Amino acid sequence: MKADRRGFLKSGAALAGGLTFGAAAPATGQTPANGQTPKPEKFIKADKALVEYGERSHFVTSVRVPHPPGPGARPSPDEFGLSFHIASPLQEQTGIITPSSLHHVATTRGAFIPDIDPKEHRLMIHGMVDRPLIFTMDDLMRLPSVTRIHFIECAGNRSTPRAKTVQETHGLSSCAEWTGVLLSTLLKEAGVKGGATWILAEGNEEVKGTSSIPMAKAMDDAFVAYGMNGEPVRPQQGFPLRLMVPGFEGIFHTKYLRRIKVVDTYYTNYNEYGHLRQDAKDAALGYQIGPKSVITYPSGGQQLAGKGFYEIRGLAWSGGGAVRKVEVSTDAGKNWKPAEIRGTAYRMAHTKFTYNWNWDGTETEILSRCTDEIGQVQPTRAQVAKFFNVPADHEHSFNVPGNDNSIQPWRIARDGSVHNAIA
Amino acid sequence: MRLLSVLAVVWVVGGVALAQSPPLGVGRTPTPEEIRAWDISISPTGTELPPGHGNAKEGALVYRTKGCAGCHGANLTGGRAPVLVKAERPAGTDPWQLGRVLPWRAPYATIVWDYLNRGMPLNREGTLTADEVYALTAFLLFKNGVIAEDEVLDAQSLPKVKMPMRDAPAPIPEWKPHTSRLKGYPY
Repeated sequence: MKADRRGFLKSGAALAGGLTFGAAAPATGQTPANGQTPKPEKFIKADKALVEYGERSHFVTSVRVPHPPGPGARPSPDEFGLSFHIASPLQEQTGIITPSSLHHVATTRGAFIPDIDPKEHRLMIHGMVDRPLIFTMDDLMRLPSVTRIHFIECAGNRSTPRAKTVQETHGLSSCAEWTGVLLSTLLKEAGVKGGATWILAEGNEEVKGTSSIPMAKAMDDAFVAYGMNGEPVRPQQGFPLRLMVPGFEGIFHTKYLRRIKVVDTYYTNYNEYGHLRQDAKDAALGYQIGPKSVITYPSGGQQLAGKGFYEIRGLAWSGGGAVRKVEVSTDAGKNWKPAEIRGTAYRMAHTKFTYNWNWDGTETEILSRCTDEIGQVQPTRAQVAKFFNVPADHEHSFNVPGNDNSIQPWRIARDGSVHNAIA
Repeated sequence: MRLLSVLAVVWVVGGVALAQSPPLGVGRTPTPEEIRAWDISISPTGTELPPGHGNAKEGALVYRTKGCAGCHGANLTGGRAPVLVKAERPAGTDPWQLGRVLPWRAPYATIVWDYLNRGMPLNREGTLTADEVYALTAFLLFKNGVIAEDEVLDAQSLPKVKMPMRDAPAPIPEWKPHTSRLKGYPY
């Protein structure tokens, strides 16, 4: 086999030398005349499974990890087969779409994954409506649909000194293309009565997780999704039906959606109880995710080869709408320069940014800062601490209220190693 | 021609929306029984509460026989599952410092009933009878000093229980599209 390959390469070189097509001769004898790569020594043998549903190269080993990291954390799966929180490998993600297999997972509490037969699944809409309705999945497929790219982020997605990689600091955010029916379409079908101010969304997992969602949000841009990245929503993401509440904390994106009740009061069920706060300023930071960004390359745990050129890459998003601007600092926040936004900045979606950087080999910190379409700017931890009157010596240990959207600094050491600068 | 047909579509859709959208006619009407069976979310006023009753003494028995102690501890603390009794602290301690304990911090007793009914016991969710849920709720509230041991909870009395943290939480923020979460924060 090897001998054959060498023979092939030699004859390729001879051909390249002996024939001219007006193109430059190959620089080395390693390239065959047709300019394609040498014939590989190994093939991936196609079997029925691979023909039917493709898979990534076995050289690609990017995986999700249980969250939070470290000893003592709640494992996924646990001894009973329950999963809790699982973080996505953002450091290896290309572009803005998280592959469905790598989309982060969060559960209200440890949960089994319901194995729901879509033929049996029903969505009921009732409460303060003129016409209570039950929809089958086939019914929903008949209705006018939308396809939108949105992030989902768990409110617990926060950087701690213990976290080493961007997967550990920010991996509870993911972004996918979702397809389904606008909730406003369904609510108009049922006919919302006057005075209705909230909806309750309830899932069909064993705990029947329920969230109260403002009617204004339900009618604005929420939708019931049956599609994710071009195929049905995955079981870990709520198969067969998931409520999308773009820009709100992940917990509102009710999986296994079985019921919408239209009501005129905040129901304060278990999920809401977890949202109640002592301080009004703190409470105001729940629900809608703030403007946020993080550099994914270079990021914690990675190694730079030496001084010279690097394209800094990262993701930015906001629950307030589209990302309008991303800035990068390569000198620990002293100076900020505009980053390039690559591709389309969709509303409530991960948005890719890049920044061309020549590293001079000295120790430094790199940071990114996001501004969204309504003018909200991503804060530093120090700014948040000052706002909440947290003493400066506690600045690194306090919890940023709501979803932690503070700026993530990465420290580049002289040897090119990259570290979480919050540590 | 193309523009005209686009305008026609816009006009029709706009007209339909303004006319409160007559239904597309998809979906069916649920039966009252279906609605009753699924309607398990309990509002602070207790509208959806089913018939039944229980007190703390009965609840203590349910706590033992249903295996609650196995995860939450015989004394409602010290198990692998969340603590169910508030922390012992000197009088005058900020109540927010007594722990995120459901039957203590919940502003309405209906929340405790609702969660026990939908979420407990682990892996046997939805198997408790209404009487058992009323009794367990009474037991947990008694253990947190909220009600007396012989107080009977039912659909009428449960919503009237005055929880210690009823007025403690900050108001729920009003959400509006295209609006920042908190003016002046911190930018």
